[in-house]
Amino acid sequence: MDLTWLNDFSSELLRGAGLTVQLLLISAGFGFVLAIAMALGRLSNSVVLANACRFVSSVIRGTPLLVQIYILYYGVGSVLASYPLIRGGVLWPYLREGFWYVALALTLSVGAYVGEVLRSGLRAVPRGELEAARAYGMRRGQILRRVWLPRALQMVRPTLAGESVMLLKSTALASTVAVTDLLGAANIVRSQTLRVYEPLLLVAITYIVLALIIEKSFKLMGTTSQRRV
Amino acid sequence: MIHEKGLPSMQSTPVVAIDDLHKSYGDHHVLKGISLRAHEGDVVSLIGSSGSGKSTLLRCINLLEIPNAGSLRVNDEEVRFRQGRGGVREIADLRQVERLRATLSMVFQNFNLWPHRTVLENVIEAPVHVLGEKRQDAIAHAEQLLEKVGLAHKRHDYPSFLSGGQQQRVAIARALAVRPKVMLFDEPTSALDPELVGDVLKVIRDIAQEGRTMILVTHEMAFARDVSTQVVYLHQGQIEEQGPPQQVMLDPHSERCRQFVMAQNNRS
Ligand SMILES: Nc1ncnc2c1ncn2[C@@H]1O[C@H](COP(=O)(O)OP(=O)(O)O)[C@@H](O)[C@H]1O
Ligand SMILES: [Mg+2]
Repeated sequence: MDLTWLNDFSSELLRGAGLTVQLLLISAGFGFVLAIAMALGRLSNSVVLANACRFVSSVIRGTPLLVQIYILYYGVGSVLASYPLIRGGVLWPYLREGFWYVALALTLSVGAYVGEVLRSGLRAVPRGELEAARAYGMRRGQILRRVWLPRALQMVRPTLAGESVMLLKSTALASTVAVTDLLGAANIVRSQTLRVYEPLLLVAITYIVLALIIEKSFKLMGTTSQRRV
Repeated sequence: MIHEKGLPSMQSTPVVAIDDLHKSYGDHHVLKGISLRAHEGDVVSLIGSSGSGKSTLLRCINLLEIPNAGSLRVNDEEVRFRQGRGGVREIADLRQVERLRATLSMVFQNFNLWPHRTVLENVIEAPVHVLGEKRQDAIAHAEQLLEKVGLAHKRHDYPSFLSGGQQQRVAIARALAVRPKVMLFDEPTSALDPELVGDVLKVIRDIAQEGRTMILVTHEMAFARDVSTQVVYLHQGQIEEQGPPQQVMLDPHSERCRQFVMAQNNRS
């Protein structure tokens, strides 16, 4: 097998893998915070808030991610471009980049999907455990941070691992709006060397390795109290 | 066993004072005007058939349930309520309630330990995170308490590895760790296999004899007779009989109370 292309394009491929990991971490991080907000919103006593969150969640989960990325990138992006103030502003170099639109779309997706997962987890925590927290004088935020959320996360951990692998695979859509992520880098190799399979194979293997790392770290996170619960 | 402190000490202010307390769930009137006092060192046992409102009364004391009417004083501090929307009574000052709760502690029928924390972490949770104790001090205290309930060797285990009786003893250590003014027990042995009841009762008896104030819902009649300074028989949300254990359990005015006690004695 001729692997000289690997040498020539190694820096592109590495940078692409880096972007993929960045997309993953950024959207997982912000998305997780959003997911907590969505889950709590849906469980809120306020009917207005609960319904608003349910609506947003349904819209996000009901449309293809690719369509959302296009809407954000071409739609919102071009609206922003029509304001000279924004165009001339310091943030414009970022606003022009596909990266941040993809990151935003992925964050919204994580917020919606993981929000649903968390909601079911939060509801599954036995009432008595929360009551004990209340009975010992914990404040609402403390109960959430120290008992409710950790217990919910413990219960939905396997599902979250799956969602994270899904997220990793979704980052590949970034290449559709000219982001040179891992797949984008492979596309460059392909167009410049006319080699189709080898770069794609390399990319597939890299995704698999990343997915394995994700699954392994979720396993490591929960091997304490899970043993017999 | 004869108690020196058989008579409630009239001169001191009660640690818990309940007056004309009512609680309904919808149209279901569960507590119909309960008045009760617990003084320092009192052990008040609540007895009564299932559904008579014992748990509800206990849960009103630490405000897991909000009474619809009546007053409640804890440590000589009146709990403040206000009328919320739709005339529903609610807590006026959540901070006050959180402060009061930290001086009460509750032992639940189903233990309700936090399964994601070890035995030791369960015990130090409230002292460190609610009372702001130093972690080192809280750990030292917790280890002493775990020693006392006979579970020091389990300190680093997770609750799911313990038997029900052991979990309940951890829950008692957790309740002691906040140095409570009053301990509330809701049928602490009802969820246990019979052979595990003895160990837990022994721990509670030891605590009672240290002079701790406690309010205890129980079906263990012999135990209630031994440890209580006061026994309260609840029937359909009202106090039907109340007094020193000998009187309530051996010579009650209420025929219903007599039959209840007899039936319970025969059962065990
Ligand atoms: N959260 C609740 N909602 C509606 N009804 C309740 C609730 N909690 C208790 N009850 C009712 O109140 C009555 C007294 O219950 P409880 O205080 O648990 O009795 P006990 O502890 O003496 O067995 C029962 O009829 C029960 O069905
Ligand atoms: Mg009960």
